[in-house]
Parts: sequence; structure tokens; C-alpha cells
Amino acid sequence: MTTSTRHPTQPVAADPARTAVAGPSTADLVRAAVPASFRRLDPRHLLRQPVIFVVWVGSVLSTVLAALDPSLFSVSLVVWLWLTVLFANLAEAVAEGRGQAQAASLRATRTTTGARRLSGDGTETAVPSSELRPGDLVVVEAGQTIPGDGDVVEGVASVDESAITGESAPVIRESGGDRSAVTGGTTVLSDRIVVRISSAPGESVLDRMIALVEGADRRRTPNEVALTVLLSALTIIFLMAVLTLQPFAVFSGATQPVLVLVALLVCLIPTTIGALLSAIGIAGMDRLVRRNVLALSGRAVEAAGDVGVLLLDKTGTITYGNRRATDLHPAPGVRPAELAEAARLASLADETPEGRSVVDLVAGRHPAGAPAGSGDPTGTPVPFTAETRMSGVDLGPRQIRKGAASTCAAWVAEHGGEVPAAVTAAVDEVAARGGTPLVVAERDGGGTPARCLGVVELTDVVKEGIRERFEALRAMGIRTVMITGDNPRTARHIAEAAGVDDFLAEARPEDKVALIVAEQRRGALVAMAGDGTNDAPALARADVGVAMNTGTSAAKEAGNMVDLDSDPTKLIEIVEIGKQLLMTRGALTTFSVANDVAKYFALVPAMFAVALPQLGVLDVLRLGSPESAILSAVVFNALVIVALVPLALRGVRYRPAPASSLLRRNALVYGVGGLVAPFVGIKLVDLVVSLLPGM
Amino acid sequence: MGATAAGLLQLLLLVALLAVTSPLLAGWLHAVATSRRHLAVERVVYRLGGIDPDREQGWRQYLLAVLGFSLAGVLLLYLLLRVQGVLPLSLGRPGFEPSGAFNTAISFVTNTNWQWYSGDSAMGHLAQMAGLTVQNFVSAATGIAVAFALVRGLARAESTRLGSFWVDLVRITGRVLLPLSLLVAVLLVLGGVIQNLDGPRAVETLTGGTQSVPGGPVASQEAIKQLGTNGGGFFNANSAHPFENPDAGTNLLATWAMLVIPFAMPLVFGRMVGQRRQGFAVLAVMALLWLLSVLAVVAAEVTGRGAAPELAGAAMEGKEVRLGVWASAVFAASTTGTSTGAVNAMHDSYTAAGGGVALLNMMLGEVSPGGVGSGLYSMLLIAVLTVFLSGLMVGRTPEYLGKKIGGGEITLVALVLLVMPATLLAGAALSVSLPTGRESLAGEGPHALTQMLYAWASASNNNGSAFASLSAGTPFLAVGQGLAMLVGRFVPMLLVLALAGRLAAQRTVPAGSGTIPTHGPVFVSLMAFVVVVVAGLTFFPSLALGPIAEALQ
Repeated sequence: MTTSTRHPTQPVAADPARTAVAGPSTADLVRAAVPASFRRLDPRHLLRQPVIFVVWVGSVLSTVLAALDPSLFSVSLVVWLWLTVLFANLAEAVAEGRGQAQAASLRATRTTTGARRLSGDGTETAVPSSELRPGDLVVVEAGQTIPGDGDVVEGVASVDESAITGESAPVIRESGGDRSAVTGGTTVLSDRIVVRISSAPGESVLDRMIALVEGADRRRTPNEVALTVLLSALTIIFLMAVLTLQPFAVFSGATQPVLVLVALLVCLIPTTIGALLSAIGIAGMDRLVRRNVLALSGRAVEAAGDVGVLLLDKTGTITYGNRRATDLHPAPGVRPAELAEAARLASLADETPEGRSVVDLVAGRHPAGAPAGSGDPTGTPVPFTAETRMSGVDLGPRQIRKGAASTCAAWVAEHGGEVPAAVTAAVDEVAARGGTPLVVAERDGGGTPARCLGVVELTDVVKEGIRERFEALRAMGIRTVMITGDNPRTARHIAEAAGVDDFLAEARPEDKVALIVAEQRRGALVAMAGDGTNDAPALARADVGVAMNTGTSAAKEAGNMVDLDSDPTKLIEIVEIGKQLLMTRGALTTFSVANDVAKYFALVPAMFAVALPQLGVLDVLRLGSPESAILSAVVFNALVIVALVPLALRGVRYRPAPASSLLRRNALVYGVGGLVAPFVGIKLVDLVVSLLPGM
Repeated sequence: MGATAAGLLQLLLLVALLAVTSPLLAGWLHAVATSRRHLAVERVVYRLGGIDPDREQGWRQYLLAVLGFSLAGVLLLYLLLRVQGVLPLSLGRPGFEPSGAFNTAISFVTNTNWQWYSGDSAMGHLAQMAGLTVQNFVSAATGIAVAFALVRGLARAESTRLGSFWVDLVRITGRVLLPLSLLVAVLLVLGGVIQNLDGPRAVETLTGGTQSVPGGPVASQEAIKQLGTNGGGFFNANSAHPFENPDAGTNLLATWAMLVIPFAMPLVFGRMVGQRRQGFAVLAVMALLWLLSVLAVVAAEVTGRGAAPELAGAAMEGKEVRLGVWASAVFAASTTGTSTGAVNAMHDSYTAAGGGVALLNMMLGEVSPGGVGSGLYSMLLIAVLTVFLSGLMVGRTPEYLGKKIGGGEITLVALVLLVMPATLLAGAALSVSLPTGRESLAGEGPHALTQMLYAWASASNNNGSAFASLSAGTPFLAVGQGLAMLVGRFVPMLLVLALAGRLAAQRTVPAGSGTIPTHGPVFVSLMAFVVVVVAGLTFFPSLALGPIAEALQ
């Protein structure tokens, strides 16, 4: 992990309005979904939803029976049975429709563009973008569309990525470093870059995004499979209860029409959740896409809801990231201007905001140390690496280094010098304040020992509101671990200020992987965000690895989600979406099963009103007539699907809280609510239905 | 003292006795389940059986041992019953017919102890002792052993072993059931229960008539009949017979005996998983359901309507005057809640509502508190199901005691949920549809339907109690119910052991504040709710046509 700044300042809460594509209106969606609902009456399609398939079989059977012996009751019943299947299809089609609308507008940007392919000898060939293969080099200049996903290998350019992210402000993409990745379909606004293509046609981020929002390769997630098993078991139990009811009814002298038994079965099996299950899953993915996150599998979204540990980079996630130099502490016997000049020289080649902030500080405070204009000696910059954790400049024989206290001290010692106690004390003092101390040292080639010049103090600012978010996460049972290249003391200070549970200081890439493995061995699922190539192993290892879109291709390949806004705090929202997805399923299952109690009270007295009139006591709703009671239960059962489609698409309300209070609340709302709602609903429907002649 | 005060006092005494003894017994059972030491006599048994007691079994081996042992038990008992006429101590009673022997062999091996025959006239002493009493011990031990295996699955992490069935069987029988039975048998004899090897003796009564007074090793069989939640009476009248259950004292002892192990098992579970409060939570659900069913039966019987009950002050038909309504009602709720099936009054004669609660108690799946072992493992499946549903409601892949409940686990639980309703409903539906089934019924209408439902609920749940006026001895019912008992016992055991194997193999996830607490009042109420809703939704239509229609007449 580098100490450099990578992430642009981001607000903590992402703006939900900043979506990739403006969604069509609900009315349009429903209108578009109606024909699809009819097409989905094909039983082969319904086999994926066992509960709805049973309703379909019942509807077919009832249609035949009603055709043989038509009456207002039987025909109305058949109509509403079919409506039950159609409403289930409609829910799914509306959910998919939202995705398809987005896919269509994304596809518009995927038109084949021309590409200028570079061959080995530097000549350019014009080829269509569809012929590009991974490894090809292409030239893109201002005004041209980047023909495919890849990494910038030469040059720097400003790029308009609004086609993918919806964000209109251009971003800088440059070769080397962690901001090299470009996405096919985006437009270069200035300059010229050479891009190495990294994905074959049809496998780009854009293609994956389209497939995702269309639900083309939607596979059922493990939790969805488990729930389907349970719903199937419930369906079988009710099937047995209804099938064996007829012999008991015959024995009791109350033989039931088959149509009524079908109505009973359809009311009892969990049609509500059965109808909405796939819509909930599609809508969950959709909510992610709307926040500009691409999940490469539904499994990852579910895993997000289960995460026990969040690894967050300090820089850009917990702090604003643009750490600034705020003070200089010269070593004993070193003039402030001397330190200032050395610090400036060491930072001139450092293009990170930190490096620039050192130059700015020196320019502001010690104008004497900053000779104007061209007076700077030219030297060889020594770039920062994660391994050396130092940067600096070589000016002929003179070497100036700037870096973390421990590494810089080692460098001084290696070259015969020693670090004065006052510098060590200054380092500790800065670190204790939560700042980052950078030690500046120099040596001339002439065999004199290296000399420690002093300390540059960098100050890091914790984002507003982040503490509250971590408290919310803790309430949800999620531990946050801050990852930083800082020394342990600085890390501790910031960790305390930000309210994280734990931190990993002086972290190297392999430390991150080791931490993830250790947490996973404890049984926790781990989520992390990352962008650099050195993050790739950890992203691959994490259960939920969110790669930043600005990051390298290696990082994007390794993760199982890509955040197009490159906002690492979004990890928190991803976790919430995952939880909301599971909760919506649980709430609607509970609601669906609890509904059955009221349906029994409506149906059983109605079915046996003639043969066993004493069961009329159970008719607590005082429904109009037996026929009206049965029809009302079926109508309510169908309407409740439609009524709950918005909830399925939106997801149940989620507020971070401990599991026990969430459970109490949801059990109350959806369990008790599910008991009461149908009593009211069926009675209301019955008031209308009993107005029909002959009911 | 009024009947209500006396009844209430007896109930309180029972609860107090259970509250003191169940935790003690739980400590004992826990030691038995986890001890590494073998007693000398046990070593002899293992050597004779060629068993290495220190080699633990995987779930498949454990299952094979359970099934093999039970199959051997069925075959031996079948043989014994068929040839009892030529064996000593048979009191001159002939061997059983094939279908009857099949039914009885399965009935005792599956811990059902359904009796289509009358013990007074059909069974010799040898068959009672060497056949039925032996199975009373080992079928109970088998149930407890399977529960131990499931709990080990929950307690262990990344393991393929669930313990050794043979060691569990030998220890539960030898260290727990035998000594406990001895104690109870002695107390019963002190209370007036007979214990001898005599045949029926003809005595002259005061009025000059003659009466046949039976004899037999009653107390020894009675003790394990109750302790092992077996329920097969020495006499046809079962615990209503004065030689099996002479007075209120022995009745209290008998009621305590059938409840003490089922109520101790959840505490054993809590100790074995190292979190006693988890055990208390399961116990709380069981106790809540038991108490509700006790109060419901008492209320139904005390307030029973009709000319005869109003004259007698309560529904006294079919009840023993020496025991009274309260003691009978508590016994009825306990025997149907524990899969015991012993009766101290005729359930057939209970009020429609009282009989209906007894029926519903079985339909809950024998979890209030359930049979020895089977009550715990059935309730743990309910806990897994509840965790799955509530996990979804808090937005987290559910965990029970650190074990993830995924598709595989839920599939096994869902299959168990299907077994009992399938055999119960299919059996009862066939029986009321086919002439060969209907001929066992004396009448028609709601009460006759209740009788048939009760018989199949009893067999499918391995309970064993019955509504008396059903003639269960027909080949159709004998074979059909035999199959229901087999399926109802061993299919869930198979699935439970498979689940235990899956759980043991998993690593244990540490609990955090995102984990649903499975010991609080919210979870306890949810579990009770799941039990009642699942059973209620499955059986409401049939209950409506049977006991509910009868009660509302």
C-alpha cells in the first residue's frame, strides 16, 4: 500500500440521483411488461418457479372444468386463477424491464467504432473495434472513442466517461500507476494516448453490464435455491393437505367440487413470495447498477449481505486522502531553510498531491528556499515504490531522500549516519498527533556520512460522518479494519478518530492477503475495495472484492464487483443492498405464510357450510356467501401479488441495527401484519364480490 | 380439597419435581455422552460384539449401525412373537399371526408401542420380558443416541465423526435407563404395582362370582415403558389398570417418568454445545407447548358439555375415578406430547375438544417435549428452520450455533417436514376411502374421522396411543400402520444423521452482533410459532372435519 493519494475526494454518501441511465417511468414499464407476462405463460418458463407452476396446472384444470360446467362463479374463479399466474409473470417482467431499458441505452454506446491499431513497427492500421484482440495497441486522440477496455501504456489524456458512469466531469487517465484503465465506449477529450486492449470483443465491461442488467445470465444464488427448496416443500405439504381433504370430505358427506379444491390449494401455497422471488433478485442487482456498481455474479451480492469484516483503505475512504504538508521540524543544527529546500527538491518530481503539498508549503513559508524560475538543478528522480517506501532525487553525487521514518532512518544508518534523538522525538510527536512524519535525509557522494535534515509533517483529515457509518456497521455486526501504509502510531490515532475497530499499519500487499485469510479462517466473510495491481491478490481472495473503475485491469479482473464511480465508501452501501435483498425475501416469505391463517378462516367454513353448518362459527369475517368467500380469497391472493410488487422492487426498509432488534421489528411487521392484512383484505373484496348477481 | 385445588396441586408438584430432576439427569446424560472412560462390564460387551469402542463413526456408518441394529430387533421380535406358543412362560398363549407380529415387532422397535392386541390375553411373560421390555430399553436408547449424534454435529467443527452408535447404545442403556428403571420400578412396587411371574388366578368374589386376577412382571415393564416414552402397557387398559397404576402417587410418578428424559435432553444439548442458554431456549419452547396442551386438555375436560358431564361435574366418561379429571388430562397431554402413548384414561371418551388437543399434540410432530431423543432432534430441526426464516428477515445467511444453514441443510429439514404429514394424511385418507379401512370404524361422522386421524397420527409419530373403539387388528391397518411407523421413525433418523454429518463437517463461525441470538424470548416465541403454524396449516382442514366439527355440534 502506498502512502500516495489515489482517490479523488468523494462525498461519503453517494448521490443516488447520479445513475448511469435515467429509468423509464413505472407506467411505461408496466405497459411494456404486459405482453411479456402473457408470453411467460409457457409452462417451460414456469418450471423455474415451482409454486407458480402449480398455480398454472390448477388454472388449466379449472379452465377445463369451467368449460364443461360454466357458471358465473366458476368462470370468475378461472379468470382470477389465470390472473394470479399473470401477475406473477408481470412482477418478473417489470423487474427485468427496468434492466432492459438501461441495457438498451447502454447498447447505444456500444456501436462498432473504428480503431487505429499500432503494429510492431509503429505503423497504424484502421480496423473496426470488433476485430481488436487482447494485447493489441491502439492510438486514440482527442474527440475519438476508445474502442475497447484496456490500459493506457503511453501518454495522458482527459476522458469523458459519462456513457458508463453518468458523471459528466472528465477524468484523467495516464500511463503507469493506478489510473491507467480506460473503458471502451468512453471518449477522449484531449491529448493522445496509446491503449493496450485487455478484453476480447463481447467481454468488455460494457458487455458485462448489459448482460447483467438484462438478467441474461441470471443464475439462482445459493440462498435463493435454499428458499426455493423450502417453498417447494411447503407447496408439497399443502398439496397433500388438499388432496387428502377430498376423501375426508367424502367421508363427512361434504364432497367438494374440484374447482373449489384448486382454489383452496392456490390460496394456501406460498404464491406471494413464489411470484415475487425472481423479481426481488433482479431488483437487487438493479439497485446495485443504479448506484453504478457492477456485480459479476448474484452470489457476490448475497455474500455482501453476509460480510463480517470490511477492509477499508485509509486514504480516500476514511480520510479525505489529500494529506497535506503542514509543518517542518528541522533537526538540531539544520537551518529551517536548508530543510525546506531539501524537502522541496525531493518532492519536485513527486506528482502526488502530497508531493505537491510539500512544494506548496515550502513556497509559502520559505520563499528563500525556493529559487524562482529555472534555478532548479536537474536531477534523476527516485520514484516511490511500495517496497522501498522512499522517494527522492539524485543530483549528481548528492542524494536526497524523503520517506517513512523507519525506512529513512535505515537509509541514513546504512550510509554511516545516525538519526538525532530530537528527530526521533519529532517523529513520535507528529505521529502521536495523528499526522504522518516524513523524514528528509541527504548525503553527498564524497564519503561523508548521510545526514538527517528533519521531519515534514503531513496531516490527514478524517471524513465527516464516517464515524457514524462505522457505528452503524458495528451495530450490524460488521467489523471495520483500516488498512494503511502509515506507522502504527499514526494509524492508531486515525483509527481512533475514525472509530474503526482495528487497523493494519505499514501494510504491504501480502499483509492484506494474510489478514483476509486469517479472518476467513475465523469464519468471517471479508469485503474490500482496491484499485492497484498490488491489490489484485487481496481482491481475488476477498469474498466481496470491489475494484475501482479507475483502477488497473488486473484489479478489475480480480474483484467480483466494479464500482464505476470509484468510490471506496460505496462498499458500505453494497453491504446494505445485499442485506436488503435477503430481508425482502424473508419478509415476504413470512407474510405469505402468515396470510394462510386468514384464508383458512374464510375458505373452510365456506366449503363445508352445507354439510357441517356448525363450522359457520369459524366464519369470523361473516362473508357474503360460500361462493363469494372462496372467490374473495382467490382475488385477494392475486391482488396481494400486485400490491407487493413495488415493495419487492424497492426492497424492505433497511436501517442498520443489531440482528435481534431487526428480527423483532420484521417479525412484527410482516408476521403479525401478514396475519391481520388478509382478514381486512378478504372482507373488503367480499363486500364488492357479493354485489355480483348470484354470489 | 376440591378437585380443582387437588389437580392444580398435583400439576405444580409435577412441575417442581421436573424442575429439580431434569437438570440433574441432564448432567448425568452429558457425562454419558462425552465420557472417555469405559466401565469394565462395558468392555466385556464391546469385546463380545467385536467393537472398538474408541473408534468413532461417520454419519453413514452411524446410520448403518442404527438401521442394522433396528432391523435385527424387528426380525428377532417378529420371530419371538410368532413362536411364543412353544416357548416357556407363554401362559399357554399361541403365537401371533404374520401381520399382527409384523405390526407389533415394528411398533416396539420404533418406540411406538402401538398395541392392536390385548396384552392381558395375547402376550406371554417371556415375550413381554425378552421381547417387548428389551425393545423398550434399546429403542429408547437408539432415539437418544441419534439425538447425541446430531448435537455432536452442531458442537464439532471440521470433523467427520459423530461418535460411536454402539458406545452410545450400551452406555445409555446401561448407565442411564437400567438404573433409572430399577429405581422407578422399586418405587412403583412400593406404590402397589404388582411384580411376579404368576399367570391369571381365578378368585371368588364377595358376591359369589369368579374373577380372573392377572399377574406378571408389571412394575419392571411399567418403569421403562414410561421412562423410555414407549407406552406399551402390560395390560390392555394400560396405565388405567389398577395393577399398573394403583393411585395418585404412582400416577404422578408415571407422569414424571415419561417427561423427565425429554425435558433433560435440551439441557444435555446446551451442555454439549457449551452454551447452556441454548439448551434453556429449546427447553422453553418444549415446556411452553407442553403447558399449553395440558391446560387446553384440562379446560376441555373440566368444562365438557352434555348431560353426563354436567351431572358428574366434569367429563368423567372413560376416566378412572381414583385419578380424577386433572390427573387424567395432564397424563393425556403428556403422553401425546412425549410420543409415549401410555394412557390412564380412554382418549376415545374425552370431549371432542380434549381429544382434538391430544391429536393436535401429536400432529405438532412430537416436540412438546417429544419422545426420548426424538423430541430433541425434531425440535433442533425446528430451530434450524426458524433460524433460516429469521436469518432472512435480518438480511444474513442464517447460522445456528455458528453453522451456516444453506441449501443442503434446508433440503434435509424440508424433507423431514414432509414425512410425517405424508404418512398421516395418506394413511388416514386411504383408510376412510377403502372399505377395508372403513370396516375398522364402529360409526361414522366427525368422531369416526377423528378416530382414524388419531390412529394414523399415532403411528406416523411413533406415539402408540389410540381411540379405543377403532379395531386396529385388521391386516390392512396392521400392515399399513406398521409401514407408517417404520417410515415415521427411520426416514427422519436418516435425514437427521445426514444433517449431523453436514454440520459436523462445517467450520464454526464466531457469533457477532449481526448473528441472530437463538436463546432470547423472541427466538423462543418464533420457534413455538413455527411449530404451531406448520402443523396448523397442514392439518387444519382435517381437524375441522374431525374434532372441530364434533366439538361445535
